[in-house]
Parts: sequence; C-alpha cells; structure tokens
Amino acid sequence: MLQLENVTVTQDDFRLAADLTIREGARVAVIGPSGAGKSTLLSVIAGFYPPASGRVLWQDRDLTDLPPGDRPLSILFQDQNLFPHLTVAENVGLGIRSDLRLSPEDRGRVAEALERVGLSGMGDRRPGTLSGGQQSRVALARVLLRARPLMLLDEPFDALGPALRAEMLDLVAEIAGAMGATVLMVSHNPADALRIAPETILLADGRAHPPRGTAELLENPPPALAAYLGK
Amino acid sequence: MPSRLTLMAGGAAAFVALLTLGTLAAVIARAGGAGWPGVADWAALRFTVLQAALSAFLSVACAIPVARALARRRFPGRGIFITLLGAPFILPVIVAVMGLLAIFGRSGALNGILGAFGVEPLSVYGLKGVVLAHVFINLPLAVRLILQGWLAIPAERFRLAAALGFGPRDIARHLERPMLREVVPGIAVTIFLICLTSFAVALTLGGGPKATTIELAIFQAFRFDFDLGRAAMLAAMQLVICAATAALAARLSLPPAFGAGLDLAAQHWDAASPLSRLADAAAIGLAALLLLAPLAAVIAAGLPGVFRLPLAVWQSALWSVAVSLAATALALLLALPIALGRGRVLEITGMLPLATSALVVGTGLFLILRPVASPASLAMPVTALVNAVMALPFCLRALIPAARQVEADYARLADSLGLTGLARLRYLTLPRLRRPLGFAAGLTAAMSMGDLGVVALFADPDRATLPLQLYRLMSAYRMEDAAAAAVLLMALSFALFWLFDRGGRTDAAA
Amino acid sequence: MMKSLMIAGLLLPTALLAEDKPVLNIYTYDSFISEWGPGPKVEAAFEAECGCDVKFTGSGDGAALLARLLLEGDTTEADVVLGLDTNLTAKAAESGLFADSGLKDVAYDLPVAWDDPVFVPYDWGYFAFVYDKTKVTEVPADFEALAASNLKVVIEDPRSSTPGLGLLLWVKSAYGDKAEEVWKNLADNIVTVTPGWTEAYGLFLKGEADMVLSYTTSPAYHLIAENDDSKAAAPFNEGHYLQVEVAAKVATTDQSELADRFLAFMVTDGFQSVIPETNWMYPAVMPKGGINAGFDTLITPAKALLYPAGEAAKVRDAALAEWQAALSR
Repeated sequence: MLQLENVTVTQDDFRLAADLTIREGARVAVIGPSGAGKSTLLSVIAGFYPPASGRVLWQDRDLTDLPPGDRPLSILFQDQNLFPHLTVAENVGLGIRSDLRLSPEDRGRVAEALERVGLSGMGDRRPGTLSGGQQSRVALARVLLRARPLMLLDEPFDALGPALRAEMLDLVAEIAGAMGATVLMVSHNPADALRIAPETILLADGRAHPPRGTAELLENPPPALAAYLGK
Repeated sequence: MPSRLTLMAGGAAAFVALLTLGTLAAVIARAGGAGWPGVADWAALRFTVLQAALSAFLSVACAIPVARALARRRFPGRGIFITLLGAPFILPVIVAVMGLLAIFGRSGALNGILGAFGVEPLSVYGLKGVVLAHVFINLPLAVRLILQGWLAIPAERFRLAAALGFGPRDIARHLERPMLREVVPGIAVTIFLICLTSFAVALTLGGGPKATTIELAIFQAFRFDFDLGRAAMLAAMQLVICAATAALAARLSLPPAFGAGLDLAAQHWDAASPLSRLADAAAIGLAALLLLAPLAAVIAAGLPGVFRLPLAVWQSALWSVAVSLAATALALLLALPIALGRGRVLEITGMLPLATSALVVGTGLFLILRPVASPASLAMPVTALVNAVMALPFCLRALIPAARQVEADYARLADSLGLTGLARLRYLTLPRLRRPLGFAAGLTAAMSMGDLGVVALFADPDRATLPLQLYRLMSAYRMEDAAAAAVLLMALSFALFWLFDRGGRTDAAA
Repeated sequence: MMKSLMIAGLLLPTALLAEDKPVLNIYTYDSFISEWGPGPKVEAAFEAECGCDVKFTGSGDGAALLARLLLEGDTTEADVVLGLDTNLTAKAAESGLFADSGLKDVAYDLPVAWDDPVFVPYDWGYFAFVYDKTKVTEVPADFEALAASNLKVVIEDPRSSTPGLGLLLWVKSAYGDKAEEVWKNLADNIVTVTPGWTEAYGLFLKGEADMVLSYTTSPAYHLIAENDDSKAAAPFNEGHYLQVEVAAKVATTDQSELADRFLAFMVTDGFQSVIPETNWMYPAVMPKGGINAGFDTLITPAKALLYPAGEAAKVRDAALAEWQAALSR
C-alpha cells in the first residue's frame, strides 16, 4: 500500500497537495492538465524532490528521507533511461547489481529478461544503435530484474507511435502482473489510461484526488478534466 | 558518495593551496616580512597587465574568425590541422621563440620576402613582439575553446535558421554572438593569467628594460638582490591579480567542455557565399602561416640531427616521459575530485597555479621540504607534482563543464538505480568524461614534457629532463644538437598528447 | 610503474652512495655538470687520487647557486662551492658561509693579481662582442664606434644573467660618469635584451643580430669543435671586462681536509687541462702541455678591467639604474 500522507509540494508559486492511498497491486493512471504537477508528484514519490510537508509511506514504512536508489521502486523517465556508453546487457545488469559484478547466473538472468522483452541476442549492442521502441524494452527489462514492488512511469513511451505505445503498455501490464507490482503511470492520453489502468488519480486545482475508476472518471469528468479533455 | 567526494575535493584543493599559497608563506616566513612595492614595481605591474590584456584580447579576437572557419568548413587534413594547432602551446618557450624568429625575426622568412620587394625590414622586438609571441602561444588554445562553443550550438538551430531564411548577419546575432558572449570571457581571462607570469618571452622579445614584467622583477629580487621579502611581495601581487581576475571570470561564465566531439558535423547553410568562403580560407590560411610556419622552421632546423643525438639526450627523453606520465596521473587525481566536487572556492583554488611564480613555488617547496629530505632525492616527485599542479587549471577547464553536463543528464537515472561511490565513478562518471579526461591528460603530459620549471633547486645530479638537457646543449654552444633535441621534444610532447587525446575518443559511443 | 619509479627516485641516490668512501659534496652551476661540461672529467680525475666520492649538485647559474647556498645557510650539505664569479664574491664573503682556502703561492696565469684568501680562481675570460667575419666588415673598435654604427647587437639582462652584469660593469668601469650617455647612444643598436647567455647566443646564431655579448673565447669553440673560423671577437680600445670564476670551501663542511685537497687539485693540470675545451674559458693556471692551439687565434685585450669585489657591489645598483633609465626611453 502506497500512502501519501498530507503531502504538500511547493515550487516557487506552484503548490500541490496530496493525501491519498493506493492499494498494493493497483495500476493507476495520473491525469491532469499540463502544469498540474504530474511529473512533480512522481518525483516526490521517487525521492528526487522533497515534499514541503507530509510523508510518503510504502507498506507503512516511511520513505520520505530515503535516497532514490533505496526506495522500493523503479522509475522510467521521458528520456535518458539508458546510459549510452554501456551495452544493452550492462544497462539491464544495473538492475541486479549497480557495481556490475555479475555472476554467470546473473548474466543468465539478464539474457532471460532480454528474451522476455523480445530482445534476445541484442545484449552487446549499444543503446544508440536501437530504435526507440527497443530502447524502451531495454529499460523495461531492467525494471523486471530490479523487481521492485512499485513501478513509476513518467510518460516514457510518449515519443513512440500509437501502435508501439499500446504494445509497450501491454508489456508493462504483463510485467507488472508477473511481478505483482503496483504501477503509477503519468499519461495525457485517456486511451492509454483506459488500456492498462483501472484507476486514475486526477490532478486539478492544486490537489491530487484519490484514485477513482478510470472509465467512470472519463465518463463523468469534473469541470477541470473536461476542459483538459476538450469535452 | 557526497561526503567522501567532498573530503577528497577538499584534500585536493588544500594540496593545491599548499603548493601555491603555502610555498609563498614559506618564503615570506623565511624573509621575515614582505616589503611594499616601489616605483619600479608599479611600472612592472603596469607593463605586465598591459601586455597580458593585449595578448588576451588579440588572441581571442584572432581566434574567433579561425574557429568559425573551422566550424563550418570541411577539408582534408582538418583534424590534423586542429591537432597541430596545439603545438605552440606545449613547446618550451625558447623553442617557440626561436621558431617564431625564424619567420618574423630580423633575418626571418617574412623580412626576406619583404626585402625582395625593397621594403624596410620590420622589427619584431618590443611590446609588439611580446604580444605576437603570446598570441602565437595562446591562439591555439583560444581557437580550440571557441571552436568547441561553435560545435556546441545544436545542428537543429542552424537548420531552423536556414528554414527561416537567416542571412549571416542574423545568424551572428541570434546564434553566434550569444554563444561567444558565454564562452569568450572565460577564455580571455585564462589567457590573461597565462601571460601575466610571462618571463622568458617578455624578456627575450621585449627589447629592453621597458618590458619588465613582475616575473622578471621576482627573478631579479631572488638572484640579483637575494631579497626574498621583495620576491614574496611581488609574487603576492601576482596572486592578488589572479584571484581578482578569476573571481571576475567566475561571475562571467565558464566555457563549455573543450574535450568533447570536435568532429560533430553540423551542416551550415550560411556559408555558401563566395565572400564567406574567401574569408574562411583567409582565416585558416593566416592561422596556418602564423602557427605552422614557425613549427616547420623548428623541424627543418633540427630534424637532420635527431638520429645523431648523443645517448644522454635519449636517456633524458625517457626520463622526461616518465616524469610527464607521473605528472599526468597526479594531475587527474587532483583534478577529478575538484571537478566533481564543484563549488566556487574549489574552482578559484584550481585557478591559482596560473598566476603562481615558478621561482617562488620552487623556493618555497625547497624551504618546506629540505628539513625533511634531500632535495636531489625528491627531484622526480617534486617535478612531477609541480608540473601536475601547473596543468591543473587547464584540466579543470576541460572537466568542470563536462562533469556538469553528466550530472544534468544522468544524475537522476543513476540515483534511481542506487548507483553510487566507485561504481558510479566507473560506470557513469569516467566513461562520460572520457573525452575531456583524455584531452586533459594529453595536455598535462605535453606541458610537463616541455617544462623547465622548478628543477633548478631540486635537480637530480644523475638525471636531467629533456628541456634541461636542451638548455645544457645550448650552453655548451651545441646549437645543432639543441635544435635536434627540440624536434625530439616536440615529437614526444605531441605523441603523448595524441595518444591520450585519441585514447579518450576511441570507443566513446554516443 | 609510476609508483616504483617514484620509489626508485627516492631511494636510488642514497643507495648508490652507501659505500664507505667519504663523500665530497660540491655545489656548482648546472652547465658545469652537464655531459659536455668539465664536471664528469673533473670528477673522474679527482676520484682517481682522493679515494673519495665526488658528488656534484647543479643549480641553475652562478647567481642561483649563491641564492641556494644563502637559502640553506649553515645547514648546507655543501663542502665546496664552485662557480661563483667576481661579481658574486662580495655577497658570498659577507654571508660568512665560507672558510679560508689555505692555498698559498699559486702561480696563477690571470691578467690581474690574485690574493683572495677565501676564493680560489679556476678559470677566467674576457667579455666581448662576438660577430661573424663574413657578415660584419667594419668592426667597431670601442663602444662609441659601436653606438655610431648601424650594427645590431643582442645583450643579456644584468638583472638575470652574469654576462649582462659583466657588460654593465664593463661600461661603468670604462666610462664612469659618462656611462649613462654611452648607454643612451647604444640604445638604438640593441635589438633586444635576453634573460641569459643561452638565449642571446641562440639569437645571434639565428642571424637576429650582428653581434652578441659573449666571451673572447667563444670563437675558439666554433674553430676547434666545428672547424669554423668565421666567428671573431671585436677588440675594444677601452679594454675588456674580466670574469674570474672561483670556488671556495664552505665553513660548515664536515670534510674540511678533503675540501682543501680538492681546492689544491683544482689549480693543477688534472683540473685545469679540462677547462678550455669544456667550459671554453682560459685556465687559471696554464697546464704544462699548454692548451689547444685554437686559443692562440683569439684576440688578447691590451687592458683588463675589473672592479675589486667590494667596489663592484657598491657601483652595481647605481649602474643598473642608469642602464634602466637610458634604455627605457
């Protein structure tokens, strides 16, 4: 269970308040007008940005003061998810040990993860030689190996075309299902949200509202969301 | 990471401070005071600042058209030309001056040509000679730094400019001038500081006592008057100017990483007109004439004798290579923590060696170390150490902006993966800094090869460095051997620079 | 590799000297100990007869040498200092760091009488303007003729070099109160002023000047080592300023007897015969076998100029001020 307990975030004259709970294993979309603070919310959960007040808890454990790498989560950003100077296998291997001292067994797991995301035999390539979709798959393979119970997606597939994006979302759903992971995904596309996230957090008016059913929310959007969706 | 890194950065900076400020303090302590500048000292200060400012201004002003031409033209040999450009900067001063005079001297090639047309010979001596030599030595540095700025303008920007139908004037206004405003002040200040401590160039080409620099006044105080207090006072004056200028430079901005991709081909649509072709060809041609002709003269004079050089010279060459490799390792060991640690105080400390008088450092170290160990037995470590510290400002210029870029691009990802400590250094920092590291290492190795430095007080009776051997050959009237030794020195400096610089580039994917 | 090199650098010199022979530490200028200087031969010759180990330490030039000794003071390891010249001896004597040589009745072949109890001369030479006979046909016979000519000369800076200081005192001793006037007239002949002899001679050989301030013995090198007789020194009617290079025993030496023996050895053939063709100066005591005939072709000034050590120190600052004023216009 992920809890945001009376969290407030301030950044210059920007303010965001969140007091909500996400149950374990849920897949939740984060939707809201641009500038509402979707990425900021994820940054707070991931530990890149300290909240002005309140606490972030996972399974009742306080994460607020933990450094990003020690939190029980994996995060994918809009870009810069891979180190261009390391090979695909090394990038994935970082998910097992960040000092990359991998045992033969570890290497086997890396190969397996690559196979799972459809990149068998690509381990020695560099990210620069891969397509955008393939790069996303590498990052997902690493998420798989990190096996952290919480998965944060900050629009990592936004640069991909609709078909490829749908494919990636399905892969996310599959991986998360296999790991039993809780997923929190920023999106500005209602179709994406509907596709894999039964629940949605709406960000509007300086507040992160507790998750509601995605379909229901999109059927009856409150005024702020309606304006954003163009309805 | 932060605490250990901060500790190491602080340690490195303290070490540099000990070598610059600490040695000065040792000299002052020994002298029992520092005195107050006299009329002649103020005159020396005026001339020093004047020539350094002029040299910095002209180096940068000449470098801009050359850098622009190199940024927007592709021609065979461009890569080698850019590498060769670095040569004057790493040559021992006496060799650079001799090369320069072979072209611009009284009986140099230029006056030979002018004479054939009945033109009166031009004299290169005086303030103009000092400035010419400083431009000769520092223009390459300026060109490389400014070229880097040009290449850092994203290719898309030029594409957009072309789509909007920008003429050269619009491009200058919207793309180039903002870049130059960011890059030029830092470069100018660096060159200003290099020229501030000029001694042999200023004296040899200065034409007389009008051209007295502070560094000469320090030399005079040490050797002529044996007046340590006055020497210390003058050295302090130099450091004050340095600190003030460095602080000013820090308020302006740092140039971008100059170790990064020189061959990134941004296509330019603005350079097709015949006039701009002509201008670029002229800029490159003149730079080649100014920089490469003197080098060619040095090579022509010395090459035939290289393989007849006495064994002792080859032994010195080996010894110098060993010293320079040690200096390179030390320089990187000092520069990396300072570059990664950042902070203004660290950066200004890193600039101090630029304005440090070699004579004061040597004397101060001698005073500090002699009670502990015999100076002759410390020759190697001290020479390597001082060479490393003297090269530090240039290493930092290369590393700091690049380190910032790495942090900006990848710190979040590394943090989210829990990549810290040595693993972060090994898998993120070092690979991403490979190019600037290679460049910094190459520059340090080459500068160390050519440095005569502080060896006098720490001379090892059994081994001489190559530059010292070169001086010995000249003192023994053996000018031909000396010319050959100069070619050997140049070749080795180059080879070291090239190896490190290349090493930083191979396999540096994306 | 680097580490082992550094350790080797730290240990080697001491390790090599671990034998039981007494060690004689001699401080000298750098070019003395170079491969091409007198050092190696002198070391071998003295070691053959002293049963000791001679250890030379070179530091820069003569002035740097004295500066180092003054820095070290009475904690110096030096037993003998070799390579001061007559312009430095006053300052050196004043420091009280040197002891009497004890040498008496040496038959010096010097142009001046020598009776200094502390400093023992080992070689000497005259300062002179050296030129290329194939290029300069009208050779000036004194400073005034030089000033009146169109000849270009390169000189050394008296503040940073021994020959530069020699020239300063040369003009001062020849012209006294008129020295500043002479310098004013010379100003337009001076191409540039270099930090040391090396740069000046290098510029001259590159053709940057018609004449260079050097020594009357310089042409001997070109003649003997290069078989080139085109270089010559111009004899000046005012006389030529003398440079005498000396050595002395350090008062705090723990090898007093050995130091005495070295100074005595210094004025014998074993040392003196090495000097002409390594240091390119005249020996202080003519060796029995004479010296290379090439030296016979050199000019021999009719008059030797030399301030006594104490007086040189006194006129120095005033002469320097005149020089600076005259050349700064």
